[in-house]
Amino acid sequence: METLQTSSLTRFIYARPGTLDEAFQLLEDHGPQACLLAGGTDLIVQLRARKLTPRIVIDLKKIDSLRRDITETQSLLRIGALTLLSNIIDDPRVNRHFPVLAQAAATVGSVQIRNRATLPGNICNASPAADTVPALLVHQAIVNLSSRTAERAVPLKDFFVGPGKTVRRAGEIVSSIDLPVPEERVAASFARLTRRRGVDLASINVCCLVSAAGLIRFAFGAVGPRPILVEDGSGRLADPAMDAREKERLLLGLLEQTSPISDVRAGKEYRSAMLLVLSLRVLQEALDILRAQRRE
Amino acid sequence: MPARTVSVTMTVNGRVRTLEVQPHHTLLQCLREQLELTGTKECCSMGECGACTVIVDGRSVNSCLMLAAEADGCTVTTIEGLAQDGRLNALQESFLEAGAVQCGFCIPGMVMAAQDLLNHNPHPTVEQIKEGLAGNLCRCGGYARIIEAVHAASRGKME
Repeated sequence: METLQTSSLTRFIYARPGTLDEAFQLLEDHGPQACLLAGGTDLIVQLRARKLTPRIVIDLKKIDSLRRDITETQSLLRIGALTLLSNIIDDPRVNRHFPVLAQAAATVGSVQIRNRATLPGNICNASPAADTVPALLVHQAIVNLSSRTAERAVPLKDFFVGPGKTVRRAGEIVSSIDLPVPEERVAASFARLTRRRGVDLASINVCCLVSAAGLIRFAFGAVGPRPILVEDGSGRLADPAMDAREKERLLLGLLEQTSPISDVRAGKEYRSAMLLVLSLRVLQEALDILRAQRRE
Repeated sequence: MPARTVSVTMTVNGRVRTLEVQPHHTLLQCLREQLELTGTKECCSMGECGACTVIVDGRSVNSCLMLAAEADGCTVTTIEGLAQDGRLNALQESFLEAGAVQCGFCIPGMVMAAQDLLNHNPHPTVEQIKEGLAGNLCRCGGYARIIEAVHAASRGKME
């Protein structure tokens, strides 16, 4: 249980490099003693609670080549390293191609948090309950990482290792996140379970994407050490003639990879039970949206 | 290693301020302790209560979750910056008129969050007001009148 406390932050050196090269040098000099700062809404809480005690905090916001906006190419949206959740929610291109991401981003924290928090920061914090992650997973987001010597692109599904841990190496900085614009018609729906309506971490969150061809992807948060993506290509879950009990049985098969635990937000039995309920709900919603699109 | 102070220049309530801040100090600490703008309150210190809400570069933020050093080059408005020429602004008047202030501790943050909402959405619905203020807690439970105050201000009742 976290205790309320208003003590000051742990002491550290603050650096605000102007270029990526300067940032890489600082990362090299300080290794695991360095923390990266984008929006800070998670980092500063951890610095106060002494969960992190870095020697240096490297503020990324003055780095000229890290973008705070979204750019569009023919086949993808590229979300800059410093893009705020508020920008995600308001962006017309996100709302056109990935409305479920805008919807999920709007559930994070409060207005004040979303005005400061960045989407890449939400990912790098690697909370198993991060609300933007299921939407990014079903849309097959790619994380672009830069280091002094190389650039690499990691599918988001391979990015998370465990709570607070990702495959990002000590010398690397997330430079952007790519979202491929779906080639076929898709629809997606997001739902989360919280103890109260506003400003709460999710007890579970679920996103479901269905394609016109019957492909189905589910992503689940807060029901395992890392967010989980599963896929079903059988087309059976999208079949409206499917028997309800059979549908449940198929869904339970997809849920096998989840491993909910009991914590301050929910018990594991409750999580498991609600996971099926929310999964059925988002599946139906996504199918309804897809059907409505067809009629348009 | 001794941490060096960081030089910060920011515009606070219309006035350019240059100061040396401790790297581990939050914007909230800087406003209250260095600039003596104690209208902004410290409460939960983890971004859940909104008592420390100020407007930075046109967006409401929790000043407890922002380093003072990060404010370099920023424009900051605190509760002290809303009144012009000694006159409260329309939203502040509306809070008084609606009797929205009980113990008063949450009110600076509440007003700043509401001001930010009205700046971006001059005519919010009650639902939008609730969502806009979801990051601000009032332990007196005075939400109904707070929402009423914001709604009244949005309808220009106090003009």
